[in-house]
Amino acid sequence: MGVVVEGFREAFRLLVTLNDEVLGITLRTIQVSGSSTLISVLLGIPAGAVVALNRFFGRAFLIDLINFGMGLAPVVVGLAVWLCFTRYGPLGMLNLLYTPTAMIVAQTIIAFPVVTGLTLASIQSVNPKMRLQMLSLGATRGQYLLLLIWEARLGILAAVIAGFGRVISEVGASMMVGGNVRGYTRVLTTATVMEIGKGQFELAMALSILLLLLNFFVVSVMSRLQQRGKI
Amino acid sequence: MLGRFRTMAMGMLLLAVGLAMPWKGETAESGMKDLILATTTSTQDSGLLDDLVPVFEKETGYRVKVIAVGTGHALAMAENGDADVVLCHAPESEKKLVDAGTVTNYQLVMHNDFLIVGPPEDPAGARGKSSVEALKAVMAENGLFISRGDDSGTHKKELSLWKQADISPTGRRNYLETGQGMGATLQMASEKGAYTLTDRGTYLSQKAHLKLEVLSEGEKSLLNIYHVMQVNPYKFTRVNAQGAKAFVGFMIAPQTQKMIGEFGQDKFGQPLFFPDAGKSM
Repeated sequence: MGVVVEGFREAFRLLVTLNDEVLGITLRTIQVSGSSTLISVLLGIPAGAVVALNRFFGRAFLIDLINFGMGLAPVVVGLAVWLCFTRYGPLGMLNLLYTPTAMIVAQTIIAFPVVTGLTLASIQSVNPKMRLQMLSLGATRGQYLLLLIWEARLGILAAVIAGFGRVISEVGASMMVGGNVRGYTRVLTTATVMEIGKGQFELAMALSILLLLLNFFVVSVMSRLQQRGKI
Repeated sequence: MLGRFRTMAMGMLLLAVGLAMPWKGETAESGMKDLILATTTSTQDSGLLDDLVPVFEKETGYRVKVIAVGTGHALAMAENGDADVVLCHAPESEKKLVDAGTVTNYQLVMHNDFLIVGPPEDPAGARGKSSVEALKAVMAENGLFISRGDDSGTHKKELSLWKQADISPTGRRNYLETGQGMGATLQMASEKGAYTLTDRGTYLSQKAHLKLEVLSEGEKSLLNIYHVMQVNPYKFTRVNAQGAKAFVGFMIAPQTQKMIGEFGQDKFGQPLFFPDAGKSM
């Protein structure tokens, strides 16, 4: 229990004194996870909508893959991305290993199926009669798509929240492709693991509290958006 | 409503640009200013590099990416040309890389020592014995021994001691392998009232949290020797040879050696490392 209490005290102290290193780590966490979530949302929502609304050869298998991707082990993604970016690997010339960009790539790969799969499911659950109604009222293809996304917005925002949650809590891939380099690729999760390894439990607890606070703050903003006007 | 969509999309785009902004120093040029140092978790955990690296960066302008992984991984990075310079403490394994020409400019930097630690009650009676005798006692008296089991420098040292004791511990019920770093292994040993082999640095920095005492120390066979080396630029054309050479030079320079010798004095009342550059081991 002492560790938890000390952890809270340490977290408070770090925030109030605006500890440079911790602030840097927190900012980087927001940047890396925020960017990955954003990219997966920009790609995932349209992708989910397209798969939901069209019939094409191999659609069932593609949906299998998307749903499989939702549970894809992040450490496996980390290993795969690492193998791609390693100096003599296929994308080695990009010099991206141990950079925040590599972390964003890995995290986007992790979040994308989550956003796509949940968007897909949400759009599929929009009442088919509503869809017919839109078409019968003369909606163009574009309007139809946007209206459906609007109707499915509860589930889609849940998709965004899920995608964000998945990447901000991710440690395996971030550690592998980022390298936990001080001042450069260290984020809250990788820093916590490192401090635990060093036996610095209070500091690890403090970093965990900061991570949870950050997660809660961002997610509650998104929840407000989601629940606006709903009972 | 569609207008709201447009504003949302615009907002997201701006957000994306904003998030991407502070990525300074990721141009192609930064490639040559970056130096990848592969080292071990115990070295990083001691905190020594947190002191030395900023000095090096300030002097030379290189940005050092310290990648702290298990020894096996660090040496594998050297073998794949993924690192520019390596700081390690597994001389027998490093020798293979030197002989194969994978690394060059192999320089002795410093040493510290290993300790055998265990529960204060010491049920196996290891206290005061030589390292090999202590290990024999732990196995004979059914004490519990925790190994790192991760191919690290510490693990390799431990295996060499078992060899000297003529005991094969793997698979025995009182021998557990964590596959993790020194910190995690010490914590497990502390929780389970077990014995383990640790480097002095990690033990000292975690002592406050551990219920373990030093039971055997001080022999030559417990020496933990650190070398720094460059990954051979003729074998791997993408290494930052200049930066690596500068780092090796830095580690053996008199000023740095002095810093190494003083590290830890104020925090632990004893130095964590003993500088050795220029000596023969």
